[in-house]
Amino acid sequence: MALTGVQIFKFLPKTNCKKCGFPTCLAFAMALAQNKVELSKCPDVSEEAKKTLGEASAPPIRMFELGTGAKAVKMGGETVLFRHDKKFFNPCALAINIKDSLSDDEIAKKATEVANSEIERVGQKLRVDAISLEYASGNSAQYEKAARLIAEKAPDAAIILNCKDAAAAEAAVKAVAARKPLLYGATPENAEAMANIAKTHAVPLCACAQGLEALSALTEKLQGLGVSDLVLDSGAKAAKEIIEHNTQIRRSALRKNFKPLGFPIINFVLRDDPVYEATAASVAIAKYSSIVVLSSIEKWKNLALFTVRQNLYTDPQVPMQVEQKIYKISEPSANSPLMITTNFSLTYFIVSGEVENSKVPSLLAVMDCEGLSVLTAWAAGKFTAAKISQFIKESGIEGQISHKELIIPGQVAILSGALEDKLEGWKITVGPREANAIPTFLKSKAS
Amino acid sequence: MAYVVPKESCSGKVLSVDFGKGEKAVTIGGENALPFLSFEGEIPNRPVIAYEIQDTRPDDWPDTVKNMYKDVSGDTVAWAKHCQDNLKATAVALRLISTHPDRENRSAQDAAKTIKDVLAAINIPLIILGSNNIEKDSTVLVAAAEAASGHNCIIGKAQEGNYKTIVAAALAHNHKLIAMSELDINLAKQLNILITQMGFEKEKLITDPMCSALGYGLEYTYSVMERIRLAGLLQNDATMQPPILGDVGMYVWKIKEVSAPDSEVPDWGALEERGITWEAVTATAMMIAGTNLLIMRHPKAIETVEKTIAELI
Repeated sequence: MALTGVQIFKFLPKTNCKKCGFPTCLAFAMALAQNKVELSKCPDVSEEAKKTLGEASAPPIRMFELGTGAKAVKMGGETVLFRHDKKFFNPCALAINIKDSLSDDEIAKKATEVANSEIERVGQKLRVDAISLEYASGNSAQYEKAARLIAEKAPDAAIILNCKDAAAAEAAVKAVAARKPLLYGATPENAEAMANIAKTHAVPLCACAQGLEALSALTEKLQGLGVSDLVLDSGAKAAKEIIEHNTQIRRSALRKNFKPLGFPIINFVLRDDPVYEATAASVAIAKYSSIVVLSSIEKWKNLALFTVRQNLYTDPQVPMQVEQKIYKISEPSANSPLMITTNFSLTYFIVSGEVENSKVPSLLAVMDCEGLSVLTAWAAGKFTAAKISQFIKESGIEGQISHKELIIPGQVAILSGALEDKLEGWKITVGPREANAIPTFLKSKAS
Repeated sequence: MAYVVPKESCSGKVLSVDFGKGEKAVTIGGENALPFLSFEGEIPNRPVIAYEIQDTRPDDWPDTVKNMYKDVSGDTVAWAKHCQDNLKATAVALRLISTHPDRENRSAQDAAKTIKDVLAAINIPLIILGSNNIEKDSTVLVAAAEAASGHNCIIGKAQEGNYKTIVAAALAHNHKLIAMSELDINLAKQLNILITQMGFEKEKLITDPMCSALGYGLEYTYSVMERIRLAGLLQNDATMQPPILGDVGMYVWKIKEVSAPDSEVPDWGALEERGITWEAVTATAMMIAGTNLLIMRHPKAIETVEKTIAELI
């Protein structure tokens, strides 16, 4: 069970040395009780205290990596139930399930799709992170061969060995041990054998049981057998089970500090209809899954799922920003109007969307204001006449267009005089206050 | 260590709101549990999806969705009947977009006539939406509310700049009302308070905290909706208990991801599936955050979300 601040305090040196960054040992103890800081910040804590407090000070959801290398995926370590409370830290891995009973060509083709799945969106590189290799053939040699094949064709992908047969699983684990595959997995029936393989080869292990009571009992058993990097599968398949089980798992870990469920979750959302699979996957992505396994990875589906994952794992306290530059909308010419706004992503999306809707080819200068919206940036002194004129001059746009007219947001009409002083020879036009008036404004300018 | 199911005890309850009349009437809301968590409370009504139609040809909709209605969209009544009879819609949302001053700028009287014609042709519940022009909506929606008198429609959207006249019209003609604010829980709360202070019952309100498309601010809408739900259910904040609307279609079907052809963006995959999936995934995320009523456009996206709802209930 979780200890209170006062209980933790008893184990601390009580020197108030401040080396941990807190003014007193009691303040440090209180922060420890809320999992806001790690015990290792105290340089003088005794070995005995470390042992006693170890469990209480461990993060409520264990964190470790799926796969190896630069593209390994961090799982677990989450601290909240709702993203607005702080943020969701480690975006879930997306995986495709491949059956080993397919032909070598088909397996190679699917693995190559994974290797080539990376795309860039709003400055982040997003990809299908893992392959789940399903033991469908019943032939251990074939399974091992398929494991080698996917490892070769998708050299950066994490590997999930979806195999409950201990002998076949061990051969495959050995074949791709360097990739640190996730062994999926242990059931109440094969727990000892699977725990043994996971320990021997130092790979994470998934606990698979039906329902959370059986799952808790299984993870306790596996931990007792010496495996500490565990993943949870509660058997949830339908969207309702996924949302209910995953919520109960996250709540148990965070609110009750219930250690048997303090691990990342895997959900198989396989559906025949790929659009339907996308909605089922979104439920898992929104509700606490760390690995979402799909049956297919069409590009359009990937794009939607990458985006929903990216949106929900955005830090709600840090405004999303877009790159400072002059964006071309609808193939502008040298005569096209030039507008300016700030780089808050929502501002950019709304303004650029309305400019696009107007069908008037335009240039949209987006200025770095640390992700603030127009009025906030102006109030904070980041969207001023001096800074705007400097940005416009340094952008070199003057040499690329045949006019010298800059349209500023109506919200900051007050800047127009000062801007005309600073941007010599330029005409400053005040645009609409609200983005939804942009199409009318641009159309009337163009006519 | 024995496992104990961790339940939230919700002291509040989402208000249930019915609309339409007769046996096709629909009720939304009424739950006293967080979205789809029926292990901790009652969820008597499933989320409802209304098909969006317009009072003019949807020339600005991308082909993927426009083509689905090409045989009927020139005639609003035919379009409404198509949704009811062929697509088996639970409800229809008619957007009076042609009244917008930048569009055809049609009059409030024209809009009232369209409403009467549509209501005469269908027996499923109707949601009546303005063109989202603050000034124009305050006359158009008043005329529309009168034309729909006795049909127990949902009308909207009442916003800070025009709520007074629209609330009065909804009150006089006994309709339900959408209160819309822009992505801020405090603004949503304040508008609900202002409207109820006019004598409009909170039991007849629907909150629209402003939708956004996947990739275009979805996370803001998602968190505002979650916070509204938590305030209504866990803190029993009575001003935050109306059902939530997700006006999904209009935000999704104007972005690049649903209209850029495969040839331009080969990394994005097939355009048709991309658009449908974009709408279905946006709607699903909104439901997980707490939406009770969705307005959507593409039949295949709606069908997929209906299947997802069936799995979530």
